[in-house]
Amino acid sequence: MSFIGTLKVEAKGDRELVMTREFDAEKNLVFDCFTKPELIKRWLYGPDGWTLDVCEVDLRVGGKYRYVWMFLKDGSTMGAGGTYKEISGPDKLVHTESFDEPWYPGEALLTTTFVEKSGRTYVTINVLYETKEGRDLVIKSPMEGGASQSYNRLETLLNTITLEGKK
Amino acid sequence: MNHALSHSNRLDATFAALSDPTRRAILARLANGEVSVMDLAKPFSMSQPAISKHLKVLERAGLISGIKDAQKRLRKIEAKPLAEATEWLENYRKFWEGRFNQLDSLIEELKLSKQTSPKRKNKKGE
Repeated sequence: MSFIGTLKVEAKGDRELVMTREFDAEKNLVFDCFTKPELIKRWLYGPDGWTLDVCEVDLRVGGKYRYVWMFLKDGSTMGAGGTYKEISGPDKLVHTESFDEPWYPGEALLTTTFVEKSGRTYVTINVLYETKEGRDLVIKSPMEGGASQSYNRLETLLNTITLEGKK
Repeated sequence: MNHALSHSNRLDATFAALSDPTRRAILARLANGEVSVMDLAKPFSMSQPAISKHLKVLERAGLISGIKDAQKRLRKIEAKPLAEATEWLENYRKFWEGRFNQLDSLIEELKLSKQTSPKRKNKKGE
């Protein structure tokens, strides 16, 4: 295991999920990785066995993006897309997200912020769902890898929520 | 999983209970062991009845339970529902962690190629 940052995921309020992680690069580079198709394709291809087949980005306010993933085993595809609402590169990106075959109701609004500190970039992705049900569906959908219940994770959660509570 | 409904109701109750910072702080405190209601209320600038209200929400969600004790009303944390909630989040986290680890690798590659390749157009210092 040699990942740079540890990904933290928290449920916030009724309709939000918040992901935070740091990357070992300046924010210009990280922002590029989130917005340039040739780079997005090289990491957002999903779990093993998937590829990001189509990746189109029209990076302007009101512009759209479109991703289509393909599952190599059987050629089945999953498409998603949305509209850019705010682009303040390399600090902030706001866009909607909805899937061709909606597995959660409505669309989600993703606000991604990039904060650089001593050459590292701290990325926070706030996902706001239209409904509480939508948020909960996403949390509950079996994405991959069954997680075993352990006190370690419980501890992690508690540490996370303690820190959060002190703000 | 066939008991999905009760399961998801439980999960709802868990997340609702966790949506409040005071309740999260109470849980964090109980994670270190059993505590009486009186001691629980101490660090908070809150009345005991207010704390008791929060405890009721946590109890209803099954996150804590009371311990019969003649002298003090002790509370202890119940790991199972919380572990369930973390498990869901953990699935989501794992999914994204895979992607972000790939991004780490990409970033390393890009940094290396920047060092070795001749200068390309690079907008900086805005």
